[in-house]
Amino acid sequence: MSSTFESAAGVAVVNMPKKRWWRRQNWERIVSILILMPSIIALAIFIYAFIGWTGFISLTAWNSSVPDFTFVGLKNYARLFVGGSTDMIRFHYDIRNEVGFLILFVGGCIIIGFLLATLLDRKIRGESIFRSIFLFPMAISFIVTGVAWRWILTPGTQETGWVGINLLLTNLGLDHLRSAWFTDPTVLYIQPTTPLGQFLGSIGLGALAAPDFGYAVAMTSIVIAAGWQMSGYTMALYLAGIRSIPDELREAARIDGASEWGVYRYIIIPLLRPVTLTVVVILAHIALKIFDLVYSMTGGVSAGFATDVPALNMWKTTFDGTQFAQGASIAIILLLMVGVLIVPYLVWQTRQEAQ
Amino acid sequence: MAKFKWIYAFVALAMLLALLPIGSVNAAPTNALACAKTYTVSAGDTLSAISDKEYGDIKAYWPIMAGTNLMNKEDASFARVENPDSIEVGWKLCIPSADDAKAFLAQFPGPNTPAGVSMLFGKGAKGQLIVASWWTNGGEFAGLNEMFKMFKQQNPDVEIVNAAIAGGAGTNFKGQLLSQLLGGVAPDTFQLHAGWEADTYDPGTLIVNVDDVYKRNNLEAVFPPTLLKMLKFKDHYWGVPVNIHRSNVLWYNKALFEKAGITAAPATWDEFFAAADKLKAAGIQPVALGGKDGFELQHTFEGILAGSMTADEYAGLWTGATSWKSPKVAQALETFKKYLTYANADHDALTWAAATQLLIDGKAAMNIMGDWANGQFVAANFTNYGWEPVPGSKGTYVALSDSFALPAKAPNPDNANLWLDLAGSRPAQEAFNKLKGSICARTDCDYSTYNAYLQSAAKDWQVDSIVPSVTHGAAAKPSWAKAYTDAITLFGTSGDVAATQAALAQAAADAGYPQ
Repeated sequence: MSSTFESAAGVAVVNMPKKRWWRRQNWERIVSILILMPSIIALAIFIYAFIGWTGFISLTAWNSSVPDFTFVGLKNYARLFVGGSTDMIRFHYDIRNEVGFLILFVGGCIIIGFLLATLLDRKIRGESIFRSIFLFPMAISFIVTGVAWRWILTPGTQETGWVGINLLLTNLGLDHLRSAWFTDPTVLYIQPTTPLGQFLGSIGLGALAAPDFGYAVAMTSIVIAAGWQMSGYTMALYLAGIRSIPDELREAARIDGASEWGVYRYIIIPLLRPVTLTVVVILAHIALKIFDLVYSMTGGVSAGFATDVPALNMWKTTFDGTQFAQGASIAIILLLMVGVLIVPYLVWQTRQEAQ
Repeated sequence: MAKFKWIYAFVALAMLLALLPIGSVNAAPTNALACAKTYTVSAGDTLSAISDKEYGDIKAYWPIMAGTNLMNKEDASFARVENPDSIEVGWKLCIPSADDAKAFLAQFPGPNTPAGVSMLFGKGAKGQLIVASWWTNGGEFAGLNEMFKMFKQQNPDVEIVNAAIAGGAGTNFKGQLLSQLLGGVAPDTFQLHAGWEADTYDPGTLIVNVDDVYKRNNLEAVFPPTLLKMLKFKDHYWGVPVNIHRSNVLWYNKALFEKAGITAAPATWDEFFAAADKLKAAGIQPVALGGKDGFELQHTFEGILAGSMTADEYAGLWTGATSWKSPKVAQALETFKKYLTYANADHDALTWAAATQLLIDGKAAMNIMGDWANGQFVAANFTNYGWEPVPGSKGTYVALSDSFALPAKAPNPDNANLWLDLAGSRPAQEAFNKLKGSICARTDCDYSTYNAYLQSAAKDWQVDSIVPSVTHGAAAKPSWAKAYTDAITLFGTSGDVAATQAALAQAAADAGYPQ
């Protein structure tokens, strides 16, 4: 049904539905929208609007405490990647440290978590006690973990006395295992003079044979602390995954003559693939956003930024240096790094649900 | 489904109504807390535990704190709770009834808002004075309390609220305060390193100038002219300094010097390295250094820098008059590089206090640190130490100063002005600095009861050229100070003199002083 009438101007003739928009919707729909509205508005403002605002700030010249919204394009981003400034060097180190941390932390947690889950799955006595012990570290905040591990890993020196784990190693007679831990300035990278370095140089990738693409040994201490905290969590996820695999499958494999190793290699590990994917995504986004652990453990500054990470740099730049636009550009790069990781996962999951 | 539509409508309405209180949080709070009973704190008590026992909620301790503070005004036998995390055995607390507590909590907007603060501490007849600082323990806290006492005597009708935020050289403090000020919430006065740190707070917008305080107290006549130059920023004064610390001090352990056969404190770098070699030969760690908090290396280098050139040249680095490309800067970096080879290898794991402790424990012989280290020596009852300006910097006083600033949105500006008058006065500075372990910004203080180091520092203060410290916020704006900090952090590992000098010159250029 529709009615026809002349507009005020007397020219246009419009067909209007008789019922108004909100009358055509049924009640449930309206109410559900109303109920969702507060959280949608809150999300829109406090997440997406602020992401947009941060993105906008990163394109401005606001690099002092006085807001300055002059548009400068990608200048703040460019400063982080080229030009040889201290900011650039520090940011390159951040990315190097972050990538090393990401790989070792996620890999380490998966290996340790999976091994623990496998061992606990052997139906050992007191399983629930072990499960709790392995899970406990997760209940502690990263700040506390950081402080505790800083004390444990503070190296000390020969002259002023060894401290923490180095003292333990010294007393056990294991002097050669002493390490400078998070104060170690060593960076492992491909030396340009080695055959591999020369090969990279010959195919135009000589730039890769530089400290910026290496691994800062000091980061290992952060990996140990973070791994200690998150391995138990990984174990819990894997244990749940292993328990959900029907025993019949294993039995069938064994009857077919599979060795214990074969059962894991061809049955359990493939069936745990969705769990592994979840673990990787969860741990990787924790790794990328890591801040509090590094802040309390080393402050990021030890051994010439050998343990600095982008989140820490962002905070220092913004609030110590009051360079808001520069800080915002680091924040946006961090967001993109997390996005690269999370978005494919979300797409994949949405597709799975659609099926 | 149609018959449920009223239920849906009702639910929706209820949801919308639930949102309404969000808009009314800022309604004027009222205080009607009567004590249902009193409670005496015994060992092991915490406010959370008490509130858990009384109200079954470990987070419901705010009404206890507010009720006790209100009672304290009428009856001094009740305690005054400044900080809910620290209560003392024997304190008498007021426990409001569960209903009162509930009503209080419903209105309480949180401890970091002006409305919340006034609910916790009540208001004097002439309002409040909210003082924000990072002085939360030790001598500085005692000194601040001494100033509070003086203020209370002069202005009994004003309620003082100590809104201290703990944290080292004020790094936590600055971020939190800045975000509050940007959000329009301000204390009446807050602690500010004198000099360029004012730039953090957009002078003129977030803080207002205090030229009037200087005029009415004739402060320009009692502060040294070089200090006034350092305090003046954009042609105005932004804070009233209460104390002076010296940054370029070399401390040494006399017993270890004797053991290594060193007879005189080193006055030049040649003498310094000769002494360091002697110590090393005697099996003594020559230099103790911190680095964990990211300012210790920078602090050391600024002292070396000031010792590598005249006071005017050093001050000129921060005003564009001296080029960072000067060979003297390169020389300072070379000296610093050599200095680092004598430091403990694990310096990045130690705080400045831990490094100072090495000196006290006789595990290391020398340390460059500000004169707050003196406070640690005194606290540890360690007396066998000596001091000297950082080699080469005799006659140069690298200074930093804590001052009090006036926020534009101070809720009680009249009281804040009274506070600033007090902060600049001689009795307040004498009382405060004795406890804090620093010297007066004024030149007319009486030091007869101060310890030996402070007396010698006060003498130097009268005659030395005063130059600003960059590490402690006096010399450069925050972005420049950060660029300097980062460059020196990198230098600590790389030891690359040319690249670091170029980075320092670039930092100056970025700050608006082309080299």
